[in-house]
Amino acid sequence: MYNADLGAVWLTLKLASVVTLLLLLVGTPIAWWLARTHSRLKGAVGAIVSLPLVLPPTVLGFYLLVAMGPKGPVGQLTEALGLGILPFTFPGLVIASVFYSLPFMVQPLQNAFAAIGERPLEVAATLRASPWDRFWSVAVPLARPGFMAGAIMSFAHTVGEFGVVLMIGGNIPDQTRVVSVQIYDHVEALEYAQAHGLAGGMLAFSFIVLLTLYTLNPRAGRVGQ
Amino acid sequence: MSRNVRVRFRLERGDFCLDIDLELPGRGITALFGHSGSGKTTCLRAMAGLERAAGGFFSVGDEVWQDEPNGIFVPTHCRALGYVFQEASLFPHLSVQGNMEFGLKRAASSKQRYDLATVADLLGIASLLSRKPAGLSGGERQRVAIARALLAAPRLLLMDEPLAALDFRRKLEILPYLERLHDELSIPVIYVSHAPDEVARLADHLVLLEDGKVVASGPLSETLARADLPPAFADDAGVVLETTLSTHEADNLSQLDFSDGHLYVGRRPEAPGSRLRCRIHARDVSLALERPRASSIVNILPATVTAVAATDTPGHVLVQLRVGTTPLLARITERSQRELAITPGQPVWAQIKGVALLA
Amino acid sequence: MARHGITLSALLSSLLLAVAAQADEVQVAIAANFTTPMQQIAAEFEKDTGHKAVLSFGATGKFYAQISNGAPFEVFLSADDETPARLEKELLIAPQSRFTYAIGKLVLWSAKEGYVDAWGEVLKAGEFRHLSLANPKTAPYGAAAIETLKKLGVLERVEPRFVQGENIAQAHQFVATGNAELGFVALSQVYKEGKITSGSAWIVPANLYTPIRQDAVLLARGKNNRAATTLLDYLKSGKARAIIKAYGYELVKTN
Repeated sequence: MYNADLGAVWLTLKLASVVTLLLLLVGTPIAWWLARTHSRLKGAVGAIVSLPLVLPPTVLGFYLLVAMGPKGPVGQLTEALGLGILPFTFPGLVIASVFYSLPFMVQPLQNAFAAIGERPLEVAATLRASPWDRFWSVAVPLARPGFMAGAIMSFAHTVGEFGVVLMIGGNIPDQTRVVSVQIYDHVEALEYAQAHGLAGGMLAFSFIVLLTLYTLNPRAGRVGQ
Repeated sequence: MSRNVRVRFRLERGDFCLDIDLELPGRGITALFGHSGSGKTTCLRAMAGLERAAGGFFSVGDEVWQDEPNGIFVPTHCRALGYVFQEASLFPHLSVQGNMEFGLKRAASSKQRYDLATVADLLGIASLLSRKPAGLSGGERQRVAIARALLAAPRLLLMDEPLAALDFRRKLEILPYLERLHDELSIPVIYVSHAPDEVARLADHLVLLEDGKVVASGPLSETLARADLPPAFADDAGVVLETTLSTHEADNLSQLDFSDGHLYVGRRPEAPGSRLRCRIHARDVSLALERPRASSIVNILPATVTAVAATDTPGHVLVQLRVGTTPLLARITERSQRELAITPGQPVWAQIKGVALLA
Repeated sequence: MARHGITLSALLSSLLLAVAAQADEVQVAIAANFTTPMQQIAAEFEKDTGHKAVLSFGATGKFYAQISNGAPFEVFLSADDETPARLEKELLIAPQSRFTYAIGKLVLWSAKEGYVDAWGEVLKAGEFRHLSLANPKTAPYGAAAIETLKKLGVLERVEPRFVQGENIAQAHQFVATGNAELGFVALSQVYKEGKITSGSAWIVPANLYTPIRQDAVLLARGKNNRAATTLLDYLKSGKARAIIKAYGYELVKTN
């Protein structure tokens, strides 16, 4: 493999890891809230979280480009904070990917939390566990398959992300040029041998991820249904 | 300071309205008895703080857990209670020991504590400690759930039909453990049930609930012997007697003494001096105006009629009697009542065809 | 059942009649930089000939990959002359159909008024965060931009600020949304009726890069399609040439 390809692979793995960690932090409270709330906002929030499932990535990417650009609200905020603008940067890619992969973390987790039901939490309450304690000692262990599925799906989905990266990445080596973009470049430049090398690796990777997922938890694979 | 449990709840849920105001003993088992939909479980959940009755009041001894007019509502996890649900609801990710330690660890600062080994012995689960809940029988699971609740150092134990999900054999397996609890525990237990046998066997105090209202509340034998209860309860009517085994006789009968006389039953395995609780169904008691001379029935006691009430079985009445001060119920036909002219104050002979021993 | 049969056959024959009466259709693949002029030319073409042109816009390299893998295009308007030459060598086009329909011009453009000066000095000052260009590996305008920067001697200095669009349309989008302060785009994207439509621009002098000869070809698939040959002829017509010129392209002298 060529250095540029290795760089893209490394960048992709870094991106997917950071995004998965952030999604665990962001997705867990959202999934918990969605699984337990009776609020009228539940439908709206659920729909927003699921939007990336149905939106073409280019649409999401375009809106993110506009929003995070110097004229967009997010861009103006980040500039006011002295962070500069986010498109064409690794942090920008991370934020975009968190949006893009959000349903892949939230949905399995929400299902897992909902499947626990009220009872184990009520039992824990009668055994002197505070709400925070109940969440960590009962909900989290019981939702473990959901966490596994959510993390694996988010990681894999981020690795496979293309449209959003294409829209806001700017194809910068070691910053935003991930494997999927690199493959696309190879194909466009008629470097089919290199494209095959990377694409084959990606295929094998995706297969192994899904195989792991279905082996660990046969029901967890049904995300987004 | 009173050790009693004070309850005052008013809770509306759609058509249903729970409206109770009770003072319950601070020791022994109080049965909340009623048909499904009578509000037993709702009442228990409100006691635990799992449901919030607006304007309610609830205290155990000197601890006030809810006093809404004064802005007090102690959340469930801050109440020193144990709750046993109908289904054992063990945590599947923890071993039996892990389940038992869950409450134990969190109640570490409480004074009133049981240790794990003692409770495991009491409930006969010492050999199961390392097992996962999935590998246990229904009866074993429920015993672990009871142990788990006890280890949380409760000042009040709430049990919501803990036997209802079990089959007959499992019930028989668990009942002796519950009786041991009754003898060992110094805390009040509130036990929800719709099974008269369980209530007769375990309870000291009985609260009858119907449509969210209390129709009767009092010591078990007194309450069971009331003839004025709604017909639905009278169907399975009967009284409970606390007796002491006095002697085993030569002809394979055992004599049981109660405060106002004695009964004979088939030879019991227990030693003389044992306390035995027995139940006498109203349908097993017949009446005669003179002492029957030629009768195969062994247990014939002199009694006085105190009340007569209708039942929902056409042609039958329920007669309340007293043997000395001990109440007894008899179910007889209206025709017999008419022909024998049975009215309050009338002395009669009660012939007891069967005595069900509850232990 | 019989009635259905009759209706169905009537429907089919009327459909066939409609197709026969209607003009032919041609599937055209067009390099992204030529999007706007081509839309205008196609409209005129349909009006004048009655044929219909179905347009697909994209990156030249992608079209090459698709055509060599059997994509149903009949006419291809490339952004360069190398790709059509390669297709010719691989016998994927009708012989002798290749010709230069336009010579592209590179422009350094910013969406901000007054940001780009008339001599391109802004590149040397280098006070920008992002310089947008099309992927030089795959897009001729990207390659021309690199050539220009090299000639100006600023390539090494500005390279770290590159952001690359996958084609020239995306390179333009990065600048248009303000995410890149400036970028190298095709003149046709920001030029109409003899002037720059918005922002500020420096039309890169022709001596700084190899002319971007944009070739059109009749693909093997379109050989027998009357609409395809008509379209290629139409591109050489005075009307089409006027439109192409109006967007800032140079033209090859007609012989």
